[in-house]
Amino acid sequence: MSTDGFDIDRPWQVDPRVSMRPEPFGALLYHFGTRRLSFLKNQRVLAVVRSLADHPSARAACAAAGVSEAELPAYVRALATLADSHMISERTVA
Amino acid sequence: MTLTQDTAPAGPSAAPGKLTDLFQLGLDAPICLTWELTYACNLSCVHCLSSSGRRDPRELSTAECKAVIDTLERMQVFYVNIGGGEPTVRPDFWELVDYATAHHVGVKFSTNGVKLDPAAAARLAASDYVDVQISLDGATADVNDAVRGPGSYATAMRAMQNLADAGFRGFKLSVVMTRQNIPQLDQFKAIADRFGAQLRLTRLRPSGRGADVWHDLHPLPEQQRILYDWLVAHGEQVLTGDSFFHLSAYGSALPGLNLCGAGRVVCLIDPVGDVYACPFAIHSEFLAGNVRDTGGFETVWKTSPLFASLRAPDTGGACRSCGFYDSCRGGCMAAKFFTGLPIDGPDPECVQGYGSTALAAVSEAAPKPSVDHSHRKVPVTIGRRRPPSKDCDENPLAGFTA
Repeated sequence: MSTDGFDIDRPWQVDPRVSMRPEPFGALLYHFGTRRLSFLKNQRVLAVVRSLADHPSARAACAAAGVSEAELPAYVRALATLADSHMISERTVA
Repeated sequence: MTLTQDTAPAGPSAAPGKLTDLFQLGLDAPICLTWELTYACNLSCVHCLSSSGRRDPRELSTAECKAVIDTLERMQVFYVNIGGGEPTVRPDFWELVDYATAHHVGVKFSTNGVKLDPAAAARLAASDYVDVQISLDGATADVNDAVRGPGSYATAMRAMQNLADAGFRGFKLSVVMTRQNIPQLDQFKAIADRFGAQLRLTRLRPSGRGADVWHDLHPLPEQQRILYDWLVAHGEQVLTGDSFFHLSAYGSALPGLNLCGAGRVVCLIDPVGDVYACPFAIHSEFLAGNVRDTGGFETVWKTSPLFASLRAPDTGGACRSCGFYDSCRGGCMAAKFFTGLPIDGPDPECVQGYGSTALAAVSEAAPKPSVDHSHRKVPVTIGRRRPPSKDCDENPLAGFTA
């Protein structure tokens, strides 16, 4: 899985054209631009994704959600997948 | 079903299970659903899934449609696949499309193109939240018009030209695969490429009027193999509405969920508000309720005993012992039902050949659709008018000049 194009130290957000629906297992995401469906497989990754826009970096969002250093690589892969499918996009900080 | 043709579920690790396993048990709300807005149609395609033609006088009103959209918004249904009949002949069609997108319900609609003039195309090109599928069932006029009626090829081509001219990229060219058009696969791809469209191929179902022609139109066994190989070669470039998962028993699974989503993650709302398990199953056996019932669509989705039974774990029935069951999951429920096969047995087009054996053993007549809005005179009556004898006999295109 490629993590190109995803920098954990940059600010991220759920893409404005994505609709996110909480589910018992995590969440479903639908992108109106690409018309693709994706999903989040647990509550923790949902917490991270939801709070991306509130943190100066994706790393900070992970830390705030209680993701440990050991767990971090799995979350980087997950976020990179979401970035790759345009479900999350880099935020431009004014 | 028309769920995840363009979906490639992917996500973080630490999964509690495969997504298909979660979907198998159903969701609190559909991911998307098919909504046939009207049974009225200017065409009389011989394989019409919904036996459309005449408007039903009990059709949902504009206000009732908006109430359904409010419910879908509340349930966070991502989008609706609007069809018919020919949905664009409803006078409030654009009003409903605008209402849905303003309420965060995306719209994808299927049309034969009859109303897609340059102005409509420009309007569509301007929206991120509306997608269009143009139906065409032959890459040449002779093959197409034999199924969809005289002039329908020209209408579809003109609509696609209008969309391309308006700068709408990536609209869908939607083709039902038949014995007659499988030799044209490359030509369909060329047409889609020419208009900057994406090709979408779906399975012919023996539903609606399709039951009458299925035996003559469905792909031959060797054609199924050609289609499978072609789909594998084109991967995610070509959409399939997840409709060929029965072909996965040839080998590797095709892109998509490979799961029947009926009543689990998709369903159908018909023009009079009846809720069926899937768009290919307009029959009382698969009727879950009506949006006009107390509690509306949400209550039907959440409490229908029919949907609860569809969400129960699959037993696999007669297919369970087959080594390919995990790939094809027994195929399409509607295809089995309307060819008279048991729901828990093989698909009539089972690539391992169990379907043809089962079909040969069917002794009783296959069930007929419970609902039929066909024009009384098939085939097509484009441009010809006779005085309506009833409300529902009014040609939807009365007063329309192309």
